[in-house]
Amino acid sequence: MLETFIGKLSNPHEVFPYLYEPVSQQLIILSMFTFIVIGGIALVGGLTYFKKWGYLWREWIITVDHKRIAVMYFVVAFIMLFRGFVDAAMMRTQQALASGDSTGYLIPQHFDQIFTAHGVIMIFFVAMPLMFALFNIAVPLQIGARDVAFPFLNSLSFWLFAVGVILANMSLLIGDFAHAGWLAYPPFSELAYSPTVGTDYYIWAVQISGLGSLLSGINFFVTILKMRCPGMTMMKMPIFTWTVFFSSILIMAAFPVLTVDLALLALDRYMDMHFFTTSYGGDQMMYVNLIWMWGHPEVYILVLPAFGIYSEIVATFSKKPLFGYTTMVWASGVITILSFLVWLHHFFTMGAGADVNAFFGIMTMIISIPTGVKLFNWIFTMYRGRITFTSPMYWMMGFFATFTIGGMTGVMLSVPGIDFQAHNSTFLVAHFHNVIIGGVVFGYFAGFTYWFPKMFGFRLNERLGKCAFWCWIVGFFVAFMPLYILGGMGMTRRLYHYDASTGFQPFLIVAAIGAAIIALGVFFQVLQLIVSIKNRDKEGYRDLTGDPWNGRTLEWATSSPPAFYNFAHDPEVNCIDAFWYDKQKGLDVDSKPKIRTEPYHDIHMPKDTAMGFIISVFVLILGFAMVWHIWWLAIVGVICTIAAVISRACNYDIDYYVKASTVEAIETQHQQEMAGAKI
Amino acid sequence: MKAIINLVSKLPVKGMFRNVSVVLLVILSLALSGCVSEGVLAPKGQIAIEEHRLILFAVGLMLIVVIPTIFMALFFGWRYREKTQNNAKYEPEWRHNTLLEVVWWTIPCIIILILGTVTWKTTHSLDPFKPLDSKETPVTIEVISLDWKWLFIYPDYKIATVNYLRIPTGRPINFKITAAAPMNSFVIPQLGGQIYAMTGMTTQLHLYTDTPGSYRGFGANYTGIGFAGMQFVTDATSPEDFTGWVKTIQEKPDSLTTDVFWKQLVPQSTDDPVRYFGSVEPGLFDNIVMSYMMPGMKDNVVPDEHAVMNQSNH
Repeated sequence: MLETFIGKLSNPHEVFPYLYEPVSQQLIILSMFTFIVIGGIALVGGLTYFKKWGYLWREWIITVDHKRIAVMYFVVAFIMLFRGFVDAAMMRTQQALASGDSTGYLIPQHFDQIFTAHGVIMIFFVAMPLMFALFNIAVPLQIGARDVAFPFLNSLSFWLFAVGVILANMSLLIGDFAHAGWLAYPPFSELAYSPTVGTDYYIWAVQISGLGSLLSGINFFVTILKMRCPGMTMMKMPIFTWTVFFSSILIMAAFPVLTVDLALLALDRYMDMHFFTTSYGGDQMMYVNLIWMWGHPEVYILVLPAFGIYSEIVATFSKKPLFGYTTMVWASGVITILSFLVWLHHFFTMGAGADVNAFFGIMTMIISIPTGVKLFNWIFTMYRGRITFTSPMYWMMGFFATFTIGGMTGVMLSVPGIDFQAHNSTFLVAHFHNVIIGGVVFGYFAGFTYWFPKMFGFRLNERLGKCAFWCWIVGFFVAFMPLYILGGMGMTRRLYHYDASTGFQPFLIVAAIGAAIIALGVFFQVLQLIVSIKNRDKEGYRDLTGDPWNGRTLEWATSSPPAFYNFAHDPEVNCIDAFWYDKQKGLDVDSKPKIRTEPYHDIHMPKDTAMGFIISVFVLILGFAMVWHIWWLAIVGVICTIAAVISRACNYDIDYYVKASTVEAIETQHQQEMAGAKI
Repeated sequence: MKAIINLVSKLPVKGMFRNVSVVLLVILSLALSGCVSEGVLAPKGQIAIEEHRLILFAVGLMLIVVIPTIFMALFFGWRYREKTQNNAKYEPEWRHNTLLEVVWWTIPCIIILILGTVTWKTTHSLDPFKPLDSKETPVTIEVISLDWKWLFIYPDYKIATVNYLRIPTGRPINFKITAAAPMNSFVIPQLGGQIYAMTGMTTQLHLYTDTPGSYRGFGANYTGIGFAGMQFVTDATSPEDFTGWVKTIQEKPDSLTTDVFWKQLVPQSTDDPVRYFGSVEPGLFDNIVMSYMMPGMKDNVVPDEHAVMNQSNH
């Protein structure tokens, strides 16, 4: 009876599995609980005490402004980065300890959940939102648009992503998380071997945030195609916008595959079907094929925008145009297409046969050609430039030193003869951290530092930024080079314990030290934020020009942070890096005499709406109900979601005009501020 | 060391690049193989030796580009840095050079052409499904991945072992691999690469070694809480010793039947001790594979995962 009303919540073994675990594990859970509860109380209390709930609702929750959505993506991503990093630190510590007679401080059930959570969180809830944050902050400004093509969808995307985050982290408090690895290979992720709610949390968290990602992909694809300012043909777009364009294409093509694959797994788990089970015709290999048809493009979804960031940064700080712009565009396009033809290299060891394996191996190697070309183009952008070594440029140099090595080990893995040895070993773990940290994370950190002044109007502390960089890069090498060697020694990944005679321990201790050095880097990044926010009005931090780096592209043509309508006048461009050449000619787009003589016009803007948030709340209810098998609540969730979507679709009061006089007032005030600062 | 120099002499590069690759490979081998006596870095079987050689070749070939690239990136960064009185050239409009771009499209193309050719050949020669050429008769071993142990059946000798593998040197070993548990991967790194073990399917692996010794075997694809304990020892001994060992095992009292398999071995258990079966029901391996493809084929065999779970609810 109780089960009808509250589903699996009626079973204490499911809801509080840690009550039935050893005391040592309960202490770990307890400390995490305390941390979350204190954090929660501080947040809610703070908001109430400072009477900020209204501000939070009006300015953030219901906003459709791409710049604010970017900030929210950043905030959630950095919180999740912290959590994912704690997971990593726990794994490294466990493996450093659990040799021979010692079984470390975690039980295998926890270790398994931790590495699964680490992977899921770092990819879906750190890398993806950081990427969307950067899309949001830079793309509309770079193409001279007022917002994205579908501002409401943008808000909905963010809130759906937030629902995914909430569901994944709810498992810390009630129930458990998936233990089947970040891609949940069946039959292990099937009900037979994963009977708890953990895998359901995984399925719904990834499905819902994946839907948000898909909507964002569509949004930016259309934005880039339709919203460019006058004069900006495709081949005059900033290169970051180009990479976002290709990345969006990949998102649109790849994410539906993930959705279908996980939906089939959900059908297996919920309706006793047999798509991927070990019997009754289930085919586990089909899941693996489908998940990597999404999973491999996903890697390029993440790394292409990072390549775009590097392209922007290297040109800006070398004070030279990007070398071989056309080549860069074509190289990105080639990577986009090829990334769909290589998925099988993730399972050469499944026995597809030599012809198939060799084909996919060689296709994989071919991707390294356009990628290598990009590297040379960046290097030759620096050639005969004048490079200012700001912290974004440090990340870029770190990228050169790490990504080339990661690329090399990637090509090694693409040779099936080598992969048979390296597959499922820590060599593989070292490789993908090498490209994801060296390529993606460094790129996003660089982008964050680079566009931070655009978001907030002040710069981050350079000195602390560089300290963080040195910790990250040194920590990275110390943490992951031992894993390459361990892979060569035959150490498989995801080992919670190993035999002392294997000789793995010394290397794993070194790797744990590396993780500690990275932790120091994270500490410097937090410190950097605190120090910079504290000193935001001081000389060297505050930037009133809107162009702190002497930039080349349109986002630097407007104020920082830009007014909600981005540009008082529609910018016009006639070449790549038009803003740079306008500056050379003494013409600034918004603040210099050329424009000021023109009268201001009314500006067409989207209205803020709470519907993105409301729909997501209903989706959260649906997801939670599905995880816990509370069927009536799931039906309520579905009905409310559909009703909310229809009500939004029938709402035609979604836009308004900003009066020219309002624009003038805002612009005049900004110019006075600038003039005041100059005196 | 000699082997490395031999290897480098086979590399399709000349002149300075060859010298550079010799130095790099020597450093790399000292750093890795020198202090390592495990895994593919200390290969003891024919397949592993070839895979090891392939690793060194691929690394050497790519370092030809990777080292200069890293060097160039760091050097240009230093050379063209902003400082008072940097007399390096500054050309703020230099943005395109067809010749240079052709050069760096060509270099990776050549490298990949070489590596691609090698890949095509080695993927076929090192294909796990390919039987190895030998005058000796091969030993067939049927491998079944279970939660969380390995079962090895020697159909020619009608014996079976759990978590222990004995092979003769000088004879090819033909592994036929399946699973009665989630997807795992069977690997003995020092002898050769891995292949997945999946229910309802038979994969193959062919290994060979001349060197007697004790080699570690792993389950490489994560399958749950007992996964870390899915390791086994592989003893490679002379054919005479092997025959002797087979005889002692044949005298063991336990018998591996369909019933024993489903009731005793399939239920989940961790860190199982080594176990021997003196006799094995004929055709057991094929029956196990078929029972997943056609559940209900036999009355007493229903490998429904729901049933599996109920037996061992922890």
